[in-house]
Amino acid sequence: MAKRETENPGKSATGSMLVKRGLAEMLKGGVIMDVVNPEQAKIAEDAGACAVMALERVPADIRRDGGVARMSDPEMITGIQAVCSIPVMAKARIGHFVEAQVLESLGVDFIDESEVLTPADEAHHIDKLKFTIPFVCGATNLGEALRRISEGAALIRSKGEAGTGNIVEAVRHLRSIIGDIRKITQADSAELFEWAKRLQAPLPLVQEIAETGWLQVPLFCAGGIATPSDAALAMQLGAQAVFVGSGIFKSDDPAPRAKAIVEATTHFRDPEIIAKVSRNLGGPMTGIGMDKIEQRYAERGW
Amino acid sequence: MRVSQNSAKKVVGVLALQGAFDSHERMLSELDVATQEVRTPQDLSVVDALIMPGGESTTMSQLLESSELYEPIKKMIHEGMPVFGTCAGMILLAKRIFDGRDDQVSFNAIDIEVQRNAYGRQVDSFEAEIQVERLDGAFHAVFIRAPRIVNLSPDVEVLAKFGSDVVLARQKNVLVAAFHPELSDDKRVHEMFVKEI
Repeated sequence: MAKRETENPGKSATGSMLVKRGLAEMLKGGVIMDVVNPEQAKIAEDAGACAVMALERVPADIRRDGGVARMSDPEMITGIQAVCSIPVMAKARIGHFVEAQVLESLGVDFIDESEVLTPADEAHHIDKLKFTIPFVCGATNLGEALRRISEGAALIRSKGEAGTGNIVEAVRHLRSIIGDIRKITQADSAELFEWAKRLQAPLPLVQEIAETGWLQVPLFCAGGIATPSDAALAMQLGAQAVFVGSGIFKSDDPAPRAKAIVEATTHFRDPEIIAKVSRNLGGPMTGIGMDKIEQRYAERGW
Repeated sequence: MRVSQNSAKKVVGVLALQGAFDSHERMLSELDVATQEVRTPQDLSVVDALIMPGGESTTMSQLLESSELYEPIKKMIHEGMPVFGTCAGMILLAKRIFDGRDDQVSFNAIDIEVQRNAYGRQVDSFEAEIQVERLDGAFHAVFIRAPRIVNLSPDVEVLAKFGSDVVLARQKNVLVAAFHPELSDDKRVHEMFVKEI
């Protein structure tokens, strides 16, 4: 509407790394919820989600159905954008830059280049620097996180194991990423070369961690969060926000669980509040053990 | 201005319900200011001033109520506590919100009307140089799904504009920015706020 008036009143730039990372910074301390239709998107926003992830099937259903999982129908994404005032994210397949181009043209706020969908390229991730809109990518370890950042990711999420309702893999990945960050801050300058080699990551990004004590972009947690305590666990381990996929809409009573997870993420160091919000939520998603799953999504991507 | 009882160091609270609160904390600690993350009424009781960060205003609105912070913060602002809201924080402090949720709370602390996400979606988010009153040289401002002040009372002091839009404004103890001074390395806007405490 009034957009045209302010276009270029001074020198201004869209799509810079600072502007991309800026939105990731604004999502910190929040819960990003997977939704498959406008009704769920409303429930998520009503519960206090800081963003929603629009997708056709939650990971638990993708896991159950098998087959190739792809970008969602644009009609479904615009339907969710129409009812939501909070940021809307959507997933593209690893390496499928045309799906990403389509999502950018729809005006989604963030693209998740996601291992939950079936990878489209076995060697290359998307060149995310070419896009105006920011990308989030999964990582199981620090090397993977830094490779994604070097390709232009504005946000990293630990992968966990999506659609399982089992937090164990998310904990493993967070501990691995943050543990290595801690070790690098203790390393001397000569040891950083060895770290870069071992992590298969660009040296400047490793040196930057040694200087700042953190990644260049925020680190969130995904994959397996099913309860308020799970969310608080991820936060106490050092995640700066959480993605909840199947954990909300595969539970018995999504709305109160969604709200409880939002409150537990804010008050993640306060067990009394977590206890209070965890009461009478009904059954969480059933979940599955790691020895029972056929395909580990976390192994997709490199 | 709220005057503390003794000469002890002033504490600036940062509302830490959701959003970029840690970026503000980093700014403040670089200015050698003591900070306190505010999530509960107890946290609030030790602060002399409060920053409301960027983030999702609808999320913060709900958490302000469930965390029982809305009423005590409103009272403290009314009593003169210095408060600084950036982006979502500006929305929370405004008198009226367009394109918000019906149940969204605001503190009605500054006589401005704001429109949420007025510049468009993330693809339209931008950075630009602006001129800020009383600061020499340009200030690098980052606008993320930014709100726009669509109306303001003559009692509100305009401190910076981007094009024709007012993007930094003050009324008595309330300072608001449509952009994110906490995302750049320039500490001058934070310094401006801290000086008033």
